[in-house]
Amino acid sequence: MSDLADLAVREAASLMRRGDVSSLEITNAVIDRAGVTESHLHAYLTFNQDAARAAAGEADAARAAGRNGGLFHGIPIALKDNLTTRGTETTAGSKILSGYVPPYSATVVNRLRDRYAVILGKTNLDEFAMGSSTENSAYGPTRNPWDTERVPGGSSGGSAAAVAVGSALAALGSDTGGSIRQPASLCGIVGVKPTYGLVSRYGLIAFASSLDQIGPFARTVGDAAGLLEAIAGHDIHDATSYRGDVPPISTALQTGVAGMKIGVVKELSGDGIDHEVAAACRAMYSKLETAGARVTEVSLPASETALSAYYLIAPAEASANLARFDGVRYGLRVDGDTTEEMMARTRAEGFGPEVARRILLGTYALSAGYYDAFYGQAQKVRTLVRRDFEAAYEDVDVLVSPTSPTTAFPIGERIADPLSMYYADVCTIASNLAGDPSGSVPISLDSAGLPIGLQIMAPALHEEQLFRVAAEVERLAEFRQRPELATSEVRPA
Amino acid sequence: MRGWEAVIGIETHVELQTESKMFCGCPVRFGAEPNTTVCPVCLGLPGALPVPNEEAIERILRIGAAFECTLVEGSLFHRKNYFYPDLPKNYQITQYDLPFCIDGHLDIDVDGDELRVGITRVHMEEDTGKSIHGSESGRIHDAKFSLLDFNRAGVPLVEIVSEPDIRTPEQARAYAAELQRVVRSLGVSDARLEEGSVRFDANISVRRVGADEFGTRAEVKNMNSLRSLQRAIAYEIDRQIALIESGAAVVQDTRHWDEGSGKTTSMRSKEESEDYRYFQEPDLVPLHVDQPWRDRVFASLPELPAIRRHRITAAGVDRQAAAVMVEAGDLADLYDEAVSLGAEPRTVGNWLSGDVVAYLRRNETSLADTHLRPDHLYELATMVGEGALSSTAAKDVLARVLAGEGSPAAVAEQYDLLQISDAGALEAEVDAVLAGNPDVVAKLRAGDMKPVGFLVGQVMRATGGKADPRIVSDLIRTRAAAG
Amino acid sequence: MPVDIDIAKVAKLARLALSPEALAEYDSQLQDILAHAERVGALPTEGVPPTSHPLPMTNAFRPDEATDSLDREEVLEQAPDREGEYFRVPRILGE
Ligand SMILES: [Zn+2]
Repeated sequence: MSDLADLAVREAASLMRRGDVSSLEITNAVIDRAGVTESHLHAYLTFNQDAARAAAGEADAARAAGRNGGLFHGIPIALKDNLTTRGTETTAGSKILSGYVPPYSATVVNRLRDRYAVILGKTNLDEFAMGSSTENSAYGPTRNPWDTERVPGGSSGGSAAAVAVGSALAALGSDTGGSIRQPASLCGIVGVKPTYGLVSRYGLIAFASSLDQIGPFARTVGDAAGLLEAIAGHDIHDATSYRGDVPPISTALQTGVAGMKIGVVKELSGDGIDHEVAAACRAMYSKLETAGARVTEVSLPASETALSAYYLIAPAEASANLARFDGVRYGLRVDGDTTEEMMARTRAEGFGPEVARRILLGTYALSAGYYDAFYGQAQKVRTLVRRDFEAAYEDVDVLVSPTSPTTAFPIGERIADPLSMYYADVCTIASNLAGDPSGSVPISLDSAGLPIGLQIMAPALHEEQLFRVAAEVERLAEFRQRPELATSEVRPA
Repeated sequence: MRGWEAVIGIETHVELQTESKMFCGCPVRFGAEPNTTVCPVCLGLPGALPVPNEEAIERILRIGAAFECTLVEGSLFHRKNYFYPDLPKNYQITQYDLPFCIDGHLDIDVDGDELRVGITRVHMEEDTGKSIHGSESGRIHDAKFSLLDFNRAGVPLVEIVSEPDIRTPEQARAYAAELQRVVRSLGVSDARLEEGSVRFDANISVRRVGADEFGTRAEVKNMNSLRSLQRAIAYEIDRQIALIESGAAVVQDTRHWDEGSGKTTSMRSKEESEDYRYFQEPDLVPLHVDQPWRDRVFASLPELPAIRRHRITAAGVDRQAAAVMVEAGDLADLYDEAVSLGAEPRTVGNWLSGDVVAYLRRNETSLADTHLRPDHLYELATMVGEGALSSTAAKDVLARVLAGEGSPAAVAEQYDLLQISDAGALEAEVDAVLAGNPDVVAKLRAGDMKPVGFLVGQVMRATGGKADPRIVSDLIRTRAAAG
Repeated sequence: MPVDIDIAKVAKLARLALSPEALAEYDSQLQDILAHAERVGALPTEGVPPTSHPLPMTNAFRPDEATDSLDREEVLEQAPDREGEYFRVPRILGE
């Protein structure tokens, strides 16, 4: 048997179900893997070995007692550190939350714990999920497992790197403008941003409330589907949580794409897309056609303005969401003679430059005299983006594009130039504005040996279409490579 | 203030006494231990999300309906952004351009003059926490530090904004008092100024009589009684007039009323007014109050105080008595029940607004803690009506019924207070008195009726005050004439 | 087109005590970003309603039921400064 840390979740689950292996053994293998990889990657901010072993022991005991938590029973997983965990430090990658131990847990965390998942720890991220490289973490960057001189993408770079390298079998991240899909693409794994409202945001430290969504990372499409099913569904604590039924996700995996209509987003095919990335995607479109899908080109005219709209809407919401970090009730405080001074010093000291930049940007975009030209106008563009998608979905079932315009870029390359960093989200942002589900599946490596991901977008609450195509792409791509840091290849379920 | 006119608008904040807070499940409890009714949501912990309390929304709609507002079909919550340590998220969830209720009015009565005050809007928001200032005076300016209690943070708060239709401090007070009555009659809040469950802020400006333009206004806060509201407005009007007459200008500012000194002082100038950067609250979805819901709200309204006062007065009760009973609410409830049993309205109204109120005040108790029931009032009123009890004795009986000594009949019996109104039973007494006063009887027979009163008094004394004087008087006249 | 930003005022609104050097740097970065963001004005949006929320949902409420509050010690343990059962802050300038 290969190293247990390289098992797909479905393999691990079936081995545990048969009694061939325990959760504790799998958890120990993953802990051992992290012991090797963490010094190279820094995927985790908090790694709770003891708590994980204890949870694994409990999962084994529960199984022995006849309880069944489902696919994730006993599976060691990681959580992005913007998911609040009772009793475990939760920083969102920010100095302003250094040492903060929440008195409650996010709904998704409770749901996974209730299903006997084993929580290994909290993964690194761009501060408050603002960034596309994980370099904006106050606690140092995470490195890409395929090339440790390069970024893993972001903001959920820690979760993506951990799953890619086997220091977790799966993980949760959050996606506001591409923060799950882009790091999944850059790390060669599967990542999905579900429909807005499908997964409760309660306990997700907010970046931009109308865009944020929690979603899964896994090494296979099937595992990502299983993790999404484990966390999806209505939550009374989130007023924006969808009240209907969760779409039938896992059952769509074997259906194939014969007869499906797939639209290639014209605006995300040429200019600004690395030619190797574009070529790899085109090759996959041909394979999908061969597999029976009808592939056509579709235009989303407003998508070129989507990035501009996003960089007004997200900072505007963030400027209010991050106002609560003021040194009064929790987290960092820098003293001052007055409360006003204390708050302003605490915030200047506690927030990193990217976060401060976005707070300033958002404050400005909402302020008197500028609201209409910036925030108000961006919301109208958001409507146009939605209309583009609605029109496109009259003709096709799903849309496809590259997930990221480039493969992983070198650490430090873009950090001084905010606009070039923002451009990393150019393919992913429109789905957040529309609220639609979207996922990334690895399809190949470029000539430098860096992973390329394909993005699949579907209409709201039609995750089954997204996963149907994702599963076919996974079969067609036969992407088996693993970073050298991992010991062996992943085998599809 | 000759030649001057004041223009006054009032913003009222009413805390709703729901079971739980506006956006979380923490209990709404006045006087709880500091920081005990708090949770991730109302403390603004990272990751927490608000979910609106349906009952609070139902209640604000009732308030709006009571003011005959338009209940807005599609309304929204917004974020109002400003930093203040008692505001946990450093934004307040409130309403901006689409509040729940708009365009209503409240009719008030100032010494018999009716005035209709427009209600611009009624909107929903969340209350802030409380800061306690660590200084001798408790005032913010000389404090070295402040202590924060977030129990009140997130309590549902309804803001009622009036049109600037008020002209005098007396009208302002009448408006505030009537608003309190309306809110209480709806059962949504006890609206107590002392406990801060209702707060009034006044926007005041002055202008020359006949002017169309409004003057520069000041907002006055911190009035914790209706009397101080009236005083603060009177002071502020005088201050502004004096300022303008001295050649200076009124500065737009927010002013603090100091009860002790009887003055308003500037808290902050509006020049540096905040830019609140309102935007739609993305953690909440829009609200849709459809026609059936709106109809249901209007149908669920109780009888409002003004209408109730009118109805009770129309039944023959004094205006003042009706006002007292409606103000108290429970007295008017008891009145209605007694009258519905058949009790005479005016008598019951006088008892409730006079004797009962005096009894409650004397004994520092509430109506609910007495033993008075509607059927008692009916019984008592009937006994008086039938002459079985004198009105003086009825008051004595009423006090004993309130104290729980029993029903009116039982009390009257026990204390031997029943009137003798049976003519047969009184004849012997009358005859005895007539026999004992032959010279007086002679005067009567000569046509001088003046001494009848004297003879009635004699009979009353002989019966220990229990005889019905009207019957005695009649008997004396007929017996004397017959003799 | 240069964008008109009073960066010191924005920083004050955002409660960020930034040095003059930092303000100058943010100012120039914001100019760049906003010049790009101004493209939102280039699309024809006459009569287009704004989207604040991706899903067409209304009336998400909770019943008026009191639930458990947090343990006060657990809450106050996180406070940077406290006095007894209160959070403590330096003096507050204005109301
Ligand atoms: Zn609460």
